[in-house]
Amino acid sequence: MALLEIAKLNVHYGAIHALHDVTLEVADGQIVTLIGANGAGKSTTLRSVSGLLRPTSGDIRFKGQSIVGRPPHELVRMGIAQAPEGRGIFANFTVAENLDIGAYARRDQAAIRADRERALTLFPRLRERIRQNAGTLSGGEQQMLAIARALMTRPQLLLLDEPSLGLAPQIVQTIFHIIREINASGTTVLLVEQNAHMALHTAHYAYVLEVGEVVMGDKAAVLAKSDAVRKAYLGVA
Amino acid sequence: MTPLPAASLDLRPSWGEIALRGGLPILVSLALPFLLHFVVGPALGPYPTKLLVDVGIAIILAVSLNIVNGFTGQFSIGHAGFMAIGAYTAASVTYYGSMLIWETAERQAGFLPAGEWLLCGGCLVGGAVAAVFGYLVGLPSLRLRGDYLAIVTLGFGEIIRVLLQQTNSQLFSSDEIREAGRRELFPPPLGGALGFSDIPKYGTLFWVFTFAVLTIWVSYRLKVSAAGRAYLSIREDEVAARSIGIDITKYKVRAFVIAAFLAGIAGGLYAHSGVILSPKDAGFQRSFDVVIMVVLGGMGSISGTTLAAIILTLLPELLRDLQQYRLIIYALVLIVMMIVRPQGLFGVHEIWEFFGHKRLGTRRGGRT
Repeated sequence: MALLEIAKLNVHYGAIHALHDVTLEVADGQIVTLIGANGAGKSTTLRSVSGLLRPTSGDIRFKGQSIVGRPPHELVRMGIAQAPEGRGIFANFTVAENLDIGAYARRDQAAIRADRERALTLFPRLRERIRQNAGTLSGGEQQMLAIARALMTRPQLLLLDEPSLGLAPQIVQTIFHIIREINASGTTVLLVEQNAHMALHTAHYAYVLEVGEVVMGDKAAVLAKSDAVRKAYLGVA
Repeated sequence: MTPLPAASLDLRPSWGEIALRGGLPILVSLALPFLLHFVVGPALGPYPTKLLVDVGIAIILAVSLNIVNGFTGQFSIGHAGFMAIGAYTAASVTYYGSMLIWETAERQAGFLPAGEWLLCGGCLVGGAVAAVFGYLVGLPSLRLRGDYLAIVTLGFGEIIRVLLQQTNSQLFSSDEIREAGRRELFPPPLGGALGFSDIPKYGTLFWVFTFAVLTIWVSYRLKVSAAGRAYLSIREDEVAARSIGIDITKYKVRAFVIAAFLAGIAGGLYAHSGVILSPKDAGFQRSFDVVIMVVLGGMGSISGTTLAAIILTLLPELLRDLQQYRLIIYALVLIVMMIVRPQGLFGVHEIWEFFGHKRLGTRRGGRT
């Protein structure tokens, strides 16, 4: 049984049919990526999983349990955390306060301290800026903080929405490297990316979305070699 | 638990600092109502005392509205509605209570006579009734944002105003009250458009500032406690707040309920400060006055809104000599202020943060 199973998911924004029967699986312990063009429905899929959106029909199962219609705060307690697109950090809080509020739903003080230490070890830049207001961080640092804060909820499944958005190539490299480290320590990752090259390079398994439909799904290494994907998303003729 | 490294012991504040930063505020808060009541008030005379009472009430209103508008970043402009509910409820408790118990609603002399405890109870009941309405108004706030919520709250204030106009005429003797039947009591005898008068003047400096201090304390605890961070995170970014497991619905409604409760208390005190209550008190003019205090003081800043409440209550008095020009100057001050400091006096910060003090709220976060 996969950790996350999405079956025939449909989402409408008013009259717009954003997702058509999206079906996919995220196996425990893997990095799975959704790639596709703007408006393909990648973020919509992610937001349905994290409870920020309510699908019109279809089923989403986490650890075999249906989670459709559950509010985000319950899902966080079940072990699903999202680092929202556009980073969504709390700009007027310090880095430390951002991390602490990430552990809002938890009461296990000792484990929280350990997780905080772990997050700061993953992102040494954040340790340097621990007392700074998050709004004063660079774009890359804010993205790091958003991921670190999501980790503070101690998720089993981490949802990442376009972590490379608007970042310099060098920082993108760093962030993807860290995503692999996070995964190596046992957290399953569902990654939505426009940067198909980095995403396919990082993930174990990948799905390609086009106008709200899953058109391909295979091992990331296989997709990276397929002609259709290379043409459409990797810019290789 | 691992022992703290030696370096962290250096961060431990000295006993002097603990006394200064922990003890002093408590001491000042406890002493302030007595000091104002027994020393400052008598020294200044009746008119300045009345002004101070107004200042204290304005502080309660502004600091409580700040919980909704400043902390959670919603935009409520119906605060006067909650205040009026508290005012009429508390006034009914003391006026009709006094009439039934003592056959008269005259003010009892002395410090804290029995009647003043009736006021205290009345204010709490008024706050509780306002809190129920706060819950009802808070519910739509889950679905509405920004302008739309503002319109709902504005409408709420107006509804309260109109309902108060439709109330029965006040009953002026204890016989009348005892013999009153269904027709006189439903809708309640709150004076309708003529207003509710002869409310005993128990709104002393002592009570007003006791509740003002309490309001500031509650609000401060909300701001700096771990759970309090949840309120501020909603204002910062709702989606992010939800994504880390904060039930924003719960906190938004809670903010409304707490703010309404405190506004109800402010209303109770206002009713007993020597005024004739009228339905107009629920109108949007008064709501706007409070919104201006919060915006001017800095959304989210408790000390800022407190200071703004003091300044904006006293400013019209200080400009009294300028007679007809004073409202123009008042408006100009506001306009200039918004151009020079659009974030308000202190932004989201507190006054002591500008004097190099560590933010007390970062204690938890300070450990790395």
